[in-house]
Amino acid sequence: MAVTKMFGASVKRREDPRMITGRANYTDDVRLPGMLSMVILRSPYAHARIKSINVEKARQMPGVVAVYTGKDLVESLAPVPCAWLPPNSDLKVPEYRALAVDTVRYVGDGVAAVVAENRYQAQDAAAAIEVEYEMLPAVVDQEKATQAGAPQLYPDVPNNTAFVWRLAGGDIDAALRDADVVVSQRLINHRLIPTAMETRAAVANYNPGSGELTLWCTSQNPHIHRLLMSAVTGIPETKIRVISTDVGGGFGSKIPFYAGEMIAAAISKDLGRPVKWVEDRRENFVATTHGRDHVDYVDIAAKQDGTITGIRVKAYANMGAYLSTAAPGVPTWLFGLMLSGPYKIPNISVEVHGVLTNTTPTDAYRGAGRPEATYILERMMDLVADRLGMDPVEIRRKNFIAKEEFPYTVATTLEYDSGDYEAALNRALEIVGYEQFRKEQEAARQQGRLLGIGFSTYVEVCGLAPSQAAGAMGFQGGLWESATVRVHPSGKVSVFTGSNPHGQGEETTFAQLVAEELGVPLDDIEIVHGDTGRIPFGMGTYGSRSTAVGGTALIYAARKVRDKGAKIAAHLLEVSPDDIVFDQGRYYVKGAPDRVKTFQEVAGAAYLAWNMPEGVTPGLEETHFFDPINNTYPFGTHVCVVEVDPATGEVKFLRYVAVDDVGNVINPMIVDGQVHGGIAQGLAQAVYETAVYDENGQLLSGSLMDYALPTASMVPTYEVDRTVTPTPVNPMGLKGAGETGTIASTPAVVNAIIDALKPYGITHLDMPLTPQRIWKAIQESQKGS
Amino acid sequence: MKQQITVTVNGVQHTSEVEPRLLLVHYLRDVLNLTGTHVGCDTSQCGACTVIMNGSAVKSCTVLAVQADGAEITTIEGLAKDGQLHPLQEGFWEMHGLQCGFCTPGMIMTAYDLLQKNPNPTEEEIRHGLEGNLCRCTGYQNIVRSIQYAADKMRGAATAAGGE
Repeated sequence: MAVTKMFGASVKRREDPRMITGRANYTDDVRLPGMLSMVILRSPYAHARIKSINVEKARQMPGVVAVYTGKDLVESLAPVPCAWLPPNSDLKVPEYRALAVDTVRYVGDGVAAVVAENRYQAQDAAAAIEVEYEMLPAVVDQEKATQAGAPQLYPDVPNNTAFVWRLAGGDIDAALRDADVVVSQRLINHRLIPTAMETRAAVANYNPGSGELTLWCTSQNPHIHRLLMSAVTGIPETKIRVISTDVGGGFGSKIPFYAGEMIAAAISKDLGRPVKWVEDRRENFVATTHGRDHVDYVDIAAKQDGTITGIRVKAYANMGAYLSTAAPGVPTWLFGLMLSGPYKIPNISVEVHGVLTNTTPTDAYRGAGRPEATYILERMMDLVADRLGMDPVEIRRKNFIAKEEFPYTVATTLEYDSGDYEAALNRALEIVGYEQFRKEQEAARQQGRLLGIGFSTYVEVCGLAPSQAAGAMGFQGGLWESATVRVHPSGKVSVFTGSNPHGQGEETTFAQLVAEELGVPLDDIEIVHGDTGRIPFGMGTYGSRSTAVGGTALIYAARKVRDKGAKIAAHLLEVSPDDIVFDQGRYYVKGAPDRVKTFQEVAGAAYLAWNMPEGVTPGLEETHFFDPINNTYPFGTHVCVVEVDPATGEVKFLRYVAVDDVGNVINPMIVDGQVHGGIAQGLAQAVYETAVYDENGQLLSGSLMDYALPTASMVPTYEVDRTVTPTPVNPMGLKGAGETGTIASTPAVVNAIIDALKPYGITHLDMPLTPQRIWKAIQESQKGS
Repeated sequence: MKQQITVTVNGVQHTSEVEPRLLLVHYLRDVLNLTGTHVGCDTSQCGACTVIMNGSAVKSCTVLAVQADGAEITTIEGLAKDGQLHPLQEGFWEMHGLQCGFCTPGMIMTAYDLLQKNPNPTEEEIRHGLEGNLCRCTGYQNIVRSIQYAADKMRGAATAAGGE
């Protein structure tokens, strides 16, 4: 494998010039002649029957073109689909109407849509719609929702349980029975709100003449949006074009296919005019999917020497009021499969109850299931270490899968590709100065200062594959990716990728890959993404898959181009293709480097086609669909060092060290950036962010005043480093780097704080570890003494 | 009902008839088609809509267009001069200070204000100065570095211009 100059260089991002000059084109920036503005009226109640809706007054308001209720759209729109259907889980998918027809089931459920000449008028009119509700009892807590007597969301979903999913490997009962110690803990992985800085938006433009729908929307996976849009509207896929080129962050929340874009499309078709819908921030808080929200009961079995022999998890996952597009897959496969982490745990059992409640639907949020699994393992490792009087580092080291044991099949059936967990751990310990820190911590404790260190040695699964596995998991799609490399007659290259970066920088890293493969200058390469009208098909960007799967697809496509070019060059140079050497954009005759055709000359010849070798068709364009044989497994060690103020419970971050191994790295600057952002999000879950509902289902943390998104002064400086263990799953050894930070950081921070609180005998606190919660725990601990 | 306003944006004078309730950000985006200024929350928390008005950073979702009557405004589109990026734009590009780019215009305009008032800020002062601007992608570290890069460059330029 050639790792040369372009590959591995911190090339400045090619997407930046338009973004730093204000010339990007996000969905809200799209302006079309005659465009109307749409506003969705949403339910203020968590559970209620709609007795009546009076839209007459709204219809008369200035600028209003039309008003629609749920009943008006039943004919034109099939229900919002769910596209991950785990088998053998007794799954029940409740009907999810784009606008509620007779019952609303969460605060934010759509009730009516208004279109007007401008947004101000649409908003005025929405406020003038009179809806009479009959309040119904609501339930927001997933455990309570399964209990007898709880309010029921649907008559045909008993106990509000949408599915019960199980996975087991080994014999967990025997492991628990034979263990020297069993540590049990209830862990809450609370609900988070993704909060991309760009809210969701859609511009739908239906052309009655051609029957074509063009939809600009905030999507991580525009081809999936097109497919589902076709399914719900009946417009053929060939007549739908979805464009999502500049997307202002997603973090999973722009994977799902939502009611908003469906309604905009249906209304545009109905009126024959373009319709724009842009969420306001308050709407985004309630109408865009949330993440996490587990209650996990965990029992972990260990021997006296710290060997972990088994883990049993019973999880209650809050799905919200409806099942969002990928939602059932998140707390099941993406969570349960990862419960071995980087450790050899021979006996694993997991049972997940997917529960419907009167809350905003949940779905993937950066990490999606893997942070939940990692949090359980990393928290439990510390609890077991504490019980056995072991060092948290040593217990981890003891249970690691060793470097020479890869490929390694864990009890949940996954085959891990490659790893060297000790190397990353050792590097992190070295950077942080572990032994020295323990001495400082001891000295500080003598002075009444609370220092703490927390570890998270994680492994995650990226680049989900192969498609056959997707089928077995009930994912209603493939897990491959496509790329087309089109060389123009001038030798300039357009690359059409099915990945859809929205901040990850693939316009740069993918161009680096092509520049490497074809030996053409970076400036001659255009990366086209996020437009179903230009790209054959694509699965999109999520699950840290773009580089490992989409990047590999384009490597293969580029190599096909190169090989075809070699045939043409050989013919022009009158030698056998076997005698052609390709190097840095030049085809030359082996042993005679002056007999040469440049890549550009060959491209021109391919299009002139005056003199082609026999059996070679004109043109220079190749497509490749890459379906990997396996997932990839990035890993690493994150270490957090904190000081807790015992008087106030405030946490000060002293160090944050991350050593990640994402395989080979195309652009270190971009990977570091991904890690930074991920750490901030995971750290924020540990200490700041939480979605809070009251018992009536009102979202109390429903604004940026109430939901504690971290600001610049709330996060530490990150010290990031890497080890490099390439994956054998793809030719460039790429694993994926989009989620490591989020997955690893949450338990590292919590473990650090709990370590700091050790003098008080505190072994666990549920997140977020706010000063108030810490202060209270300190007070409680002292009551007994 | 509509009111006439005259606003100078990026050096160009505009006279428009606007509704009294029209927000400045919507005036910039929808009337003047300057879509580089983004709306992230419309409640003054996220800072994506920050522009410079009469020399100071304001959140344009919290200013009415009529309040900007007679004002001089600079938006992200007006920062580069003669095809030359402003040192802040250069800093964000060099130091990977953006990912999705949505918060970036507001971040840059806030940083512009910050560096005008404090040309040599400490890291803590930069982080404090950015408290009204949210970024969900970068974890802020490279934004801080970007602003430090610009501060260094601008001080260097100022020193050179002063002939020292």
